[in-house]
Amino acid sequence: MAKVSTIKIRSKRFDDHTLIRTLIAHPMETGRNKNEETGEFIPAHFIQTLTFKHNDKLVSECHMGVGVSKNPFFSFKIKSAKAGDKITISWQDNLGYRDTKEQIIQ
Amino acid sequence: MHTTRRHFFKKTLTLAAYTLSLALPKTSVGNWLASGFSRQAIEPILAELFSGQTLQTSNKIHLKLPKVAENGSVVPITITSSIDNIDTIYILSEKNPVPLIAKFTLAPELETYIGARFKMKETCDVIVIVHADHQYYQIRQKVKVTLGGCGG
Repeated sequence: MAKVSTIKIRSKRFDDHTLIRTLIAHPMETGRNKNEETGEFIPAHFIQTLTFKHNDKLVSECHMGVGVSKNPFFSFKIKSAKAGDKITISWQDNLGYRDTKEQIIQ
Repeated sequence: MHTTRRHFFKKTLTLAAYTLSLALPKTSVGNWLASGFSRQAIEPILAELFSGQTLQTSNKIHLKLPKVAENGSVVPITITSSIDNIDTIYILSEKNPVPLIAKFTLAPELETYIGARFKMKETCDVIVIVHADHQYYQIRQKVKVTLGGCGG
């Protein structure tokens, strides 16, 4: 979709788990906000599904509504992950936009 | 007369097709729970999602959630639990126009841990419901919102 990925992934390995944090650039419009200049409602535009894969295996699927904050942030903990493992995070919104990003755990 | 009627049918058809095209992807996208995320009160949502299930209150679900949220548009939450085999976590905010915030599925490879940020319209209970071994458990915590945050 965009040249710069909308997804940022940070991973940090601890002794007994690996913390994965992700930040997605997305307006998460509820459809109830008004454009201040025109007074018209800004159409709803929000992420509906987010998938989180570890080495191509789906480990979490998140369904969300308009209640998730603008520029959504999520964190997960993988029980056992090692350096070189691949994390894939993808999202899809109500207007059909989507993005995917891969990250190798350091 | 003929043209107007023809135009009328044409317009109606186009409009119908357009509405359908708008409505269809919303319900078909990766079996997204369109009905669960609709604008309803909390009771019908709970009834729909957990019909016939008892929601046991459990103190084994731990929420890291502020007691007072200064800005309702960004309320951080961290959920952990000592209940085994949790496979689904629901977050709901009682008085939001759309009470269901999100639903997470967790594979056994993940620890029972979710961090997220969500919006709260006003002071109310945040309800977290987890599903483990065919049982539902819930915990509620009140969050005071000083500045309502559905505005983005």
